[in-house]
Amino acid sequence: MLKLPIYLDNSATTPVDPRVLDAMLPYFTEKFGNAASRSHPFGWVGEEAVDYAREQVAQLINADPKEIIFTSGSTEANNLALKGVFEMYASKGNHIITVTTEHKCILDTCIHIEKSGGQVTHLSVNAEGEIDLNELESAITDKTILISVMYANNEIGVVHPIQEIAAIAKKHNVLFHTDATQAAGKVPIDVQEEGIHLLSMSAHKMYGPKGVGCLYVRRKNPRVKVTAQMDGGGHERGMRSGTLNVPSIVGFGAAAEINAKEMYDEAARLSKLRDKLENALLELEEAFVNGNRAHRLPHITNISFKYVEGEGLMMAFNKDIAVSSGSACTSASLEPSYVLKALGLGDDLAHSSIRFSLGRFTTDEQIDFTIKKVTAAVIRLRELSPLWEMFKDGIDMATVEFKAH
Amino acid sequence: MAYSKKVLEHYENPKNVGTLDKNKPNVGTGLVGAPECGDVMRLQIEVDPETQKILDARFKTFGCGSAIASSSLATEWLKGRSIDDAMTIDNMDIVEELALPPVKIHCSVLAEDAIKAAINDYRVKNGLEAIKLEEKVVH
Repeated sequence: MLKLPIYLDNSATTPVDPRVLDAMLPYFTEKFGNAASRSHPFGWVGEEAVDYAREQVAQLINADPKEIIFTSGSTEANNLALKGVFEMYASKGNHIITVTTEHKCILDTCIHIEKSGGQVTHLSVNAEGEIDLNELESAITDKTILISVMYANNEIGVVHPIQEIAAIAKKHNVLFHTDATQAAGKVPIDVQEEGIHLLSMSAHKMYGPKGVGCLYVRRKNPRVKVTAQMDGGGHERGMRSGTLNVPSIVGFGAAAEINAKEMYDEAARLSKLRDKLENALLELEEAFVNGNRAHRLPHITNISFKYVEGEGLMMAFNKDIAVSSGSACTSASLEPSYVLKALGLGDDLAHSSIRFSLGRFTTDEQIDFTIKKVTAAVIRLRELSPLWEMFKDGIDMATVEFKAH
Repeated sequence: MAYSKKVLEHYENPKNVGTLDKNKPNVGTGLVGAPECGDVMRLQIEVDPETQKILDARFKTFGCGSAIASSSLATEWLKGRSIDDAMTIDNMDIVEELALPPVKIHCSVLAEDAIKAAINDYRVKNGLEAIKLEEKVVH
């Protein structure tokens, strides 16, 4: 029996894997010690657990455990990376390069930095959601200290050419940060081979708990430093003070280890299911995939169904199928996705898009149900849509005088 | 966002979906909203020229559930009313009936605008003066 509702919003968050929860539980009760307590076994047990988790997390991206700075999640890690580099390297320059399709926590941190005297260049993307590497290189000035480009986009799943970007950064002696929140644990990442200097990730996107993540900060070739944004007891090599969240860090470690092991099989299984869903929905007339389909995370698809409005469409099945019309952080607003608009989609198409993100617990049966339900909903809502009627009557929408509110 | 029971009812079983012949002299058509704003409503009325009563009302809407419900409700309220009486339908009546939350008030404003646009279209077609409308502030 198919259990409803079905969760296809794994880019917003993922459930905690039961194996992760098992690893965490003792650290709430009998192993509750403060990892910074050096004077007794309670503290030692906590410290040991954190050290082990640090290794597990480091291994996921081929880093050294000492290079992992635990934070409360990716938003904090991104803030620490950008503000921390901006402050630490102030004598070298004040210019940061990023991309218009980054997550809000990068874009808003950049606004903060601009207010503090920084200069930020936002690279645009093409219709497929990709940046132009020549444009990136020519944006670099002698004041540039940091390039920050996300590993993969959260709304459309497009993966950026990380190695090429890192090479450009290295050539110009600029630091390179990547927000790998969506990619970590889903596709292999190797900070050594790819030449990444700073990398953010979050446990709850990879079947770990919410409220924990990390910033990878390279220690060699070059040694990177960031100015702490949270002052206090000097935890995490002075870069992030605050009592360590031991149970969650343990969970993050366990989640990272499981992902490192199962990522390849999982990606193969999910991309197959994703493609099945996508191809079936593309059977509908006037349905389009947003973003480059070749360079994409295995578990995400973002589809625009022209002439139906996304929120109205979701209402047809959101009791049974959980999806979103963009990032969870902005779905409370009525604005269409700025990411889709950056791809050059008109407001009308951006209003008509839905992101499906599959996960570890997605089944074939769930995808079959979703295909049926979404297809029926699109057909039904198009019957209600005056725009669909105009399209079917061959009326050129551009000649219709709409009175915008 | 949780929807009210009445919004869900109209959304699941919308009343009076359809198209009237816009070229008929006794049919008035109102098309309001814009695709880029995420809402387009088309509301049509068929009027008895003798009595000025609305015989039939139809809609099609591109938009969220609240927009669909607002237009569905509007068509129900229009049938059987005189066009003068229909001009008095206020968006806040729709808000109240459907228990729309503040972020969805614009859907009711759109429905009121669609009613008035349809009536004015009918009036102009039949040699009557269009009634001047006051602008509602939409948030």
